[in-house]
Amino acid sequence: MRLDQMYQEIILDHYKRPHGRGLREPYGAEVHHVNPTCGDEVTLRVQLTGSGTEATVSDVSYDGQGCSISQAATSVLTDLVIGRTVGQAFGTMDSFVELMQGRGQVEPDEDVLADGIAFAGVAKYPARVKCALLGWMAFKDAVARANGSEDGS
Amino acid sequence: MTTTALPLDVETLRKDFTILGRTVRDGKRLVYLDSGATSQRPRPVLDAERTFIETSNAAVHRGAHQLAEEADAAYEGARGKIADFVGVRANEIVFTKNATEGINLVAYAMSNASTAGPESERFRIGPGDEIVVTEMEHHANLVPWQQVAERTGATLRWFGVTDDGRLDLTGIDELINDRTKVVAFTHQSNVLGTVNPPAALVARAREVGALTVLDACQSVPHSPVDLRGLGVDYAVFSGHKMLGPSGVGVLYGRTELLSVMPPFLTGGSMIEMVHMARSTFAPPPQRFEAGVPMTSQAVGLGAAVDYLTAVGMDRVAEHEHRLTDAALRGLAELPGVRIVGPTPEGPTGTADRGSAVAFVVDGIHAHDVGQVLDDEGVAVRVGHHCAWPLHRRYGVPATVRATFYLYNDLDDVAALVAAVRTAQRFFGTV
Repeated sequence: MRLDQMYQEIILDHYKRPHGRGLREPYGAEVHHVNPTCGDEVTLRVQLTGSGTEATVSDVSYDGQGCSISQAATSVLTDLVIGRTVGQAFGTMDSFVELMQGRGQVEPDEDVLADGIAFAGVAKYPARVKCALLGWMAFKDAVARANGSEDGS
Repeated sequence: MTTTALPLDVETLRKDFTILGRTVRDGKRLVYLDSGATSQRPRPVLDAERTFIETSNAAVHRGAHQLAEEADAAYEGARGKIADFVGVRANEIVFTKNATEGINLVAYAMSNASTAGPESERFRIGPGDEIVVTEMEHHANLVPWQQVAERTGATLRWFGVTDDGRLDLTGIDELINDRTKVVAFTHQSNVLGTVNPPAALVARAREVGALTVLDACQSVPHSPVDLRGLGVDYAVFSGHKMLGPSGVGVLYGRTELLSVMPPFLTGGSMIEMVHMARSTFAPPPQRFEAGVPMTSQAVGLGAAVDYLTAVGMDRVAEHEHRLTDAALRGLAELPGVRIVGPTPEGPTGTADRGSAVAFVVDGIHAHDVGQVLDDEGVAVRVGHHCAWPLHRRYGVPATVRATFYLYNDLDDVAALVAAVRTAQRFFGTV
């Protein structure tokens, strides 16, 4: 069944039991991103230690409302980036974006994306790609802002 | 419900809509319940466009050759048919790109009035003036008015809605007052299905000398509408929501207003005299149709109006009412499904209610419900349907919306209800 390809157990697990959810202190930057076509929203905070690409992502916390795909993708994001350097996190993000924009033709690398590989099926539905990327784009924006302001918020 | 005419022969009628015969998602029967977003087009509409292009295509209002004459006749003929369809005069019908452009045309004309001559006095708007809209507006009838307020310093105010999904007219005499210049409201909500009472709003607006602008996008395609009878000053509707082509919409304006209203878009076709330093403008409707207009689309819309007239708008409305009632009752039987809008059990019932059925399913986001429905071949819209403030009012980020039209039947309703149940099973909420 096609639905099972999209809604992998991993996605539903992250949706029902999200990792890292809730807004936490301290944080260096907070952003609010929306998907204007469907009204999904995410508020996301990033705390960095250090600066530039060598900075460590010490925390990502978030709150929001949205479909299972957007919520699960943000949950997976926290698994993939917390504790990594900004450079590593952005590398992972690039792989995830490539997978999502690959229309189902990109073979995901589990070593890089871990649970993120479960979103391969979502990439076949162009309307849902933005859902999967909502949290990631918020993360990218938040890191840029956190790096831009030395002392955070 | 009383039956006033023979019911629609949906089976025969569906044969005119080739697309409804296709399958989707690996062989599922297409159940198209998104006509509120855009309707499908019957073959006579496509034939009319094709025939026009193959026999009479030319730029209208320009040429002296035979094709231009025929194109003029076809274009103006369509204008006449559309005017008859909504009970107004042909020169009160302006063709626009879509309904959104129609509203912007009025909104910008009002902004432009500040620099126009004394004949445009009544369109002027500025600080201290008020614009009144409603909380159930489509963004198309909200954002342009927000922008007018920003450009001119006027104040935007609005009617709220009741918990039951009706327009809350409490305080109408305060909300529409001597400072009010415009009252812009929807005839039928694209989310709630609610049909608003133009009479009450028009009467109060007239008392204070305010202009009324009716968004008729969801009413004209689905029920008999007599715009002159409603007494509104302006109204808009789109071609593509009423079996016609996209790229053509309609603005209606009363003659006495259009004749003194400043233009929005200027250029060719809309002029009377042009000198290097200044120009004068053609009478309406040409004054509001700058440039070479969409022509085959207007002709197609004329054919759509013929098609709807032949079916009978009373019968369309009655048919949709039957389907809506069945959908509301069917969905009400599912635990965890809540309708956003008037229901049969609600305090105001389903009189004055159109066929938009918006709902939420406990524990499943609308996007996810829509995905399962799509997998079952059921095409609905999910999200805020360009009515974000309305969704916020009801405390929901998004809804699933099914909309019915003359080519839907009770099997489609059953497919919708069954697919929602499938979504609940899939996500384990029941």
